Amino acid sequence: MEHLEHFRQEVRDWLEENCPPSMRTPLVPEEEVWGGRNAEYVNPESKLWLERMGNKGWTAPNLPKEYGGGGLDRDQTKVLHQELYRIKARPALNSFGIWMLAPCIIEFGSEEQKREHLPKIIKGEIRWCQGYSEPGSGSDLASLSTKAEDMGDHYLVNGQKVWTSYADKADWIFALVRTGPKEPKHNGISFLLIDMATEGVSTKPITLISGKSPFCETFFDNVKAPKENLVGVENSGWTIAKKLLQHERNFISNFGLAGGGTGSGADVVNIAKKYLGEANGQIANQAHRENITLHKMKEHAFGLTLQRSGDEGAKASAASSMFKYYGTEHNKDRYELMIAAMGNKGLGWTNEGFSDDEQAITKAWLRTKANSIEGGTSEVQLNVISRRVLDLPN
Amino acid sequence: MKLILTEEQQFLKDTAQSFARDKTPVTHFREMRDSENSQCWDQSVWKEMVELGWSGILVPEKFGGSEFGMAGISVIMQELGKTLTPSPILSTSVLGVSAINMLGSDEQKENYLPKIVAGELTTALAIDEGNHHDPFAIEATAVLDGDEWVLNGKKVFVVDGASADTVLLVARTSGKSGESNGISVFAANNDSPGLNITKIATADSRNYANIEMSDLKLDQNALLGEQDLAGETLERILDLGRIAISAEMLGNTEEAFEVTVNYLKERKQFGVQIGSFQALQHRAAKMFCEIELTKSAVIAAMHAADENSNELERLASLAKFQAGETLHLVSNEAIQMHGGIGVTDEYDIGFYLKRARVAEQIFGTSEFHQARYADISGF
Repeated sequence: MEHLEHFRQEVRDWLEENCPPSMRTPLVPEEEVWGGRNAEYVNPESKLWLERMGNKGWTAPNLPKEYGGGGLDRDQTKVLHQELYRIKARPALNSFGIWMLAPCIIEFGSEEQKREHLPKIIKGEIRWCQGYSEPGSGSDLASLSTKAEDMGDHYLVNGQKVWTSYADKADWIFALVRTGPKEPKHNGISFLLIDMATEGVSTKPITLISGKSPFCETFFDNVKAPKENLVGVENSGWTIAKKLLQHERNFISNFGLAGGGTGSGADVVNIAKKYLGEANGQIANQAHRENITLHKMKEHAFGLTLQRSGDEGAKASAASSMFKYYGTEHNKDRYELMIAAMGNKGLGWTNEGFSDDEQAITKAWLRTKANSIEGGTSEVQLNVISRRVLDLPN
Repeated sequence: MKLILTEEQQFLKDTAQSFARDKTPVTHFREMRDSENSQCWDQSVWKEMVELGWSGILVPEKFGGSEFGMAGISVIMQELGKTLTPSPILSTSVLGVSAINMLGSDEQKENYLPKIVAGELTTALAIDEGNHHDPFAIEATAVLDGDEWVLNGKKVFVVDGASADTVLLVARTSGKSGESNGISVFAANNDSPGLNITKIATADSRNYANIEMSDLKLDQNALLGEQDLAGETLERILDLGRIAISAEMLGNTEEAFEVTVNYLKERKQFGVQIGSFQALQHRAAKMFCEIELTKSAVIAAMHAADENSNELERLASLAKFQAGETLHLVSNEAIQMHGGIGVTDEYDIGFYLKRARVAEQIFGTSEFHQARYADISGF
């Protein structure tokens, strides 16, 4: 305990000295930091903040120090997060590399891959995107057909990925490719790292029902990927893919809590009071008030469940399917309640007749429809719970 | 507040689990139901629970209890709920003990608590007067006449009221129905003249009574705590009762769900296990999620009670709401997924449905607690 308090003081002193003033103010979307070769910094202090945190390894506090991570244990990581939260520090770096790829490289990668990729991920020098889904392979991901042919010193990659978030801004992609076309579908998949600057890689953005989105299609046309970029053993990529999906689900499940995930951060109770009016300090319309109360009670119980899971020290597991399912369905419900409470003000598309906040909620409502599809549909999560938690037969 | 059990609480839970499995499997409840035993619980079983110290979990050490707290008694009730074990633990060890301990004078505590710990006395809290739980809608009156209290009015659906040695009567000493102020609590022996206790027969085959007070005369010592001022404390006592019964309902739910999932794996139709049908799998998976949420709400509420958290009221309502909604869902689905045998008396699963609906009513339905949660939260 004493040792922890000593560490807390160290963190506090370091943050005091190194967290620039503007990085302690609320984040504005244009100033979000994702790093990478082509990163642009609207605010120079966000670049400085990334460099300092990255050099310290605190963008990935629990990764080993020898690969550029913070080398902190569980309790120290918690202290760091508490101290960052205390001064309302902005995240120094958003990174699919840290959230999804790094844990898999640690578990499955070679020593060379760890030394090559982890420091660059942690410092935010290389930005990664995820190449999983294909036009013909959504829920049935293992049917994917992007093929990687063994050409001796390299793989020749041909095919198409879809829903690759920020592929147009990413430097590298971690992709699932078919290396064993004759093997049963789960046994012919490999996990391959590809430099997006390689000849033959191209991307095209996707417009969603909510408007502009970070999603892209990514095309591979005779792309040469060196063999040393295969993670783990050839044809055993499905194991890595599943592990990575659990990390992704854990991340997405936080959508269920107010303010988390895709959304505008607006509170449904405040919105209801504003657009339906108040009577004696209550939401004036009883039917809306009841629906919203149900929603808030479920949210409370769900938040307690996330907390309990943390207190129990549960690792990424089948329970992540429950969080993913419940959290995303709940987030969809929140926006349905929000636009319902707003009446005709919840249906704006542009600033003709609608405030920025109103439009943001309408767009966020549409965007939430993808929450229960991306990262494995709700139906797939329910399948996982049935099979792996309840052990129901196939 | 960490949402896990301490070693001590886990030990109590394990002990209760073995007890319920070995001494009071569901067949024990069935025997009770089919017997002539009008108190609906078995004296020898209760004696064994008393010997394990369960009657005194909430009693201060100086009166012979263990002070293991709401978490301690809740995990026991959860395990007893799995096998539908009938006992006076809720009415006596939670409500009776809390009321006497939180409202009573030292003399009253000295008089009642050691007897409760020893299993020599059971109690019942008589509060509701109408068809729905409404703790401040008290019309029963208590008037001081010389050196005696005179009580008049009625109480309904009193848990374990048919057998309790001492009945704790909630009556109005001032103000009007609906007000928190003006409420007082009195302790009366079950054989007091003017106290008419009538057992009622409910679908869950447990112990409830309607009570009439007609010029029931009690001496001044019968008043627990201060005149007019019991309202706020009563809410807290009820919250402890709500948390305890939520834990029991969680146990009911867990068992009904487990039995049902096992049935899905055994029962074959069309040549396959019916658990292979996605129409049933997804419903089972959704129930699993709701049960996980219920576990979290119950554990948060019982710890909040032990830590005197200012979130206690909200968490007690959340727990009772979530436990009620989930048990409602699971008890219905359990019957449907069992098909024909699910609606036979020979099979146990129907007991869970009957217990569910009654437990949902006790100390406020989901609707009651939804409204209360909204008011507390300022929605």
